[in-house]
Amino acid sequence: MLTAADTSLRLDASAIDYLLVGLYFVFVLGIGLMARTQISSSLDFFLSGRSLPAWVTGLAFISANLGAVEIMGMSANGAEIGLPTMHYYWIGAIPAMLFLGIVMMPFYYGSKVRSVPEFMLRRFGPTAHLVNAISFAVAQVLIAGVNLYLLATIINSLLGWPIWVSTIVSAAVVLSYITLGGLSAAIYNEVLQFFIIVAALLPLTLLGLHKVGGWNGLTDKMKAAGTDGQLASWPGTDLTGFTSSFLSVVGIVLGLGFVLSFGYWTTNFVEVQRAMASKDMSSAQRAPIIGSFPKMFIPFIVIIPGMIAAVAVTELADYKKAGGKGGNIDYNDALLLLMRDLLPNGLLGVAIAGLLAAFMAGMAANISAFNTVFSYDIWQDYVRKDRPDEYYTRVGRIMTLVATVIAIGTAALASSYSNLMDYLQTLFGFFNAPLFATFILGMFWKRMTATAGWVGLVSGTAAAVTVAILSEDALGGASVGVLGLSGQGASFVAAGAAFVVDILVSVVVTGMTQPRPESELRGLVYALTPKSDFTEGESAAAHWWLSPTKLAGVSLVLVIALNFIFN
Amino acid sequence: MSDTSPDSTPTSSGSTQTRHQAGWFDIRNVIGLLLLIYGVVLLVLGVFNASDDQLARADGVNANLWAGIGILAVGTFFVTWAKVRPIVVDDAQVERDKAAEENEPPAH
Repeated sequence: MLTAADTSLRLDASAIDYLLVGLYFVFVLGIGLMARTQISSSLDFFLSGRSLPAWVTGLAFISANLGAVEIMGMSANGAEIGLPTMHYYWIGAIPAMLFLGIVMMPFYYGSKVRSVPEFMLRRFGPTAHLVNAISFAVAQVLIAGVNLYLLATIINSLLGWPIWVSTIVSAAVVLSYITLGGLSAAIYNEVLQFFIIVAALLPLTLLGLHKVGGWNGLTDKMKAAGTDGQLASWPGTDLTGFTSSFLSVVGIVLGLGFVLSFGYWTTNFVEVQRAMASKDMSSAQRAPIIGSFPKMFIPFIVIIPGMIAAVAVTELADYKKAGGKGGNIDYNDALLLLMRDLLPNGLLGVAIAGLLAAFMAGMAANISAFNTVFSYDIWQDYVRKDRPDEYYTRVGRIMTLVATVIAIGTAALASSYSNLMDYLQTLFGFFNAPLFATFILGMFWKRMTATAGWVGLVSGTAAAVTVAILSEDALGGASVGVLGLSGQGASFVAAGAAFVVDILVSVVVTGMTQPRPESELRGLVYALTPKSDFTEGESAAAHWWLSPTKLAGVSLVLVIALNFIFN
Repeated sequence: MSDTSPDSTPTSSGSTQTRHQAGWFDIRNVIGLLLLIYGVVLLVLGVFNASDDQLARADGVNANLWAGIGILAVGTFFVTWAKVRPIVVDDAQVERDKAAEENEPPAH
């Protein structure tokens, strides 16, 4: 059935646009076929044989995160609250990415684990491992479904295909290139996607700025609309929902900048898997650091177009003036409306290809991380041990199919209960904050026991969920409103509670249980790891840009400068 | 089905039997080729299909033309980069690495 998708978003795509989109898919599937010829072991399939150069894994690192939720959501935030959205990148991503590269990657890459949950297994044993592996696997399949649903709604509104047709077609494309080429195909497509999305969004941003009369024109128009307060990124009270500027800054720095983002970027296997596919320690360390450079500039071509759309597209400007009510559009349509108004046929095709590419890459990233964790961490460790290597590659391929089918089911569910999906995502975010606390404590405190590992994790997650339930709206109808917290502010506080409770509980439980013998912790705890693992990346560096710490320093200086410029 | 890696053909430089360039397996060539095709299509549209209606959308800027030039430049950069600094795959070395990986004690 053709849904009542409102036609105001229908883009005026012509044959040439379809041709450009079609060409992109020929390349995507071609990469899958090509990568297939290079797969000869399960390590090839799941970790690209640990052979990729740092710039490839670095770009894949950020592209895996540059999916539907990111592009549509962040341009929508740009349209709604303006420059404070930048914090999601400059505060909420860069510091954590640098920390991952410098501090945590030596443990992940150096210990030769094949997944983040596997690190959990070796440091804390089976219980913590199972908690982590299962919650991760479930979250990934459901999030893949959310990505798939968003993808299908975009295809539906852009091209008019029925939702169910677009769901199945996009799932089929993702499925074919991952089953064929495994992680290599996913990563190569992410890199390709990165350039296509820039080729689409950069001209869109420049044309938009030209349309409103440059940066000055944009600020004048925002002043005229009475929204020029949105031109300062700090203190970001619109973002946190806190009334006090001081608390808002604290909330952004500690909640978003520390707990939430460190939890997400340093323990989320979807991201870390990309860096693990690097060819050596230095490349693995540099992957997230190299990724941090494009990451700090992506908001300029995602958030700024959203801000431009909010003043230049009449429907959206009216919608914003009415306080985000009325009309048959909303902030999520900002980017699409701007594309509709500004891009000529040709460039429009590139833009559609870029968006579809980004959405599929998001889903592919979830699925390729899922099949690794399922095959290695659940199937090989607990169900069928000691089979030949080909067996696990086959399990990975079958699970890709199963995950895709479940994602289609989730997408169907999401189409009837869209709010439920938002809350599920908030909930999954709560798994990350205590995970970071447990990892960082486990990496630097050799006494921390196996029991403390899983008890800390479970109680931290429980603390986050409790705060979310007590808040006003973090979990929708399930929230009771005892605490006067709402919006992002509630998530920040929930994540902070998870972090603190996890640390406290872990320390107390460690005091009451037996630590593991030191011989089992080699390479997993800082004090018991050869120092050369941490300096390996440095000593091999012939130039400053080959040294992880120096490169990270440059990135840090740049991102601090950006904060001052757009203050 | 252990070995599906591409045949080892000697390169024109005539080095050892097992070394060959990655060629189309090099992601830089894939990115470069797609961008070059996109660039050419946009450039052609910018030159031959710049009707008033199309130009009006972007306030008179010939968006296809300029974007086409930009994308062509980036595409050329990738193809040139791959040409100047090719990846040389040494099949013998790959096999040795693989053997070393498999002979390592199990991870746990």
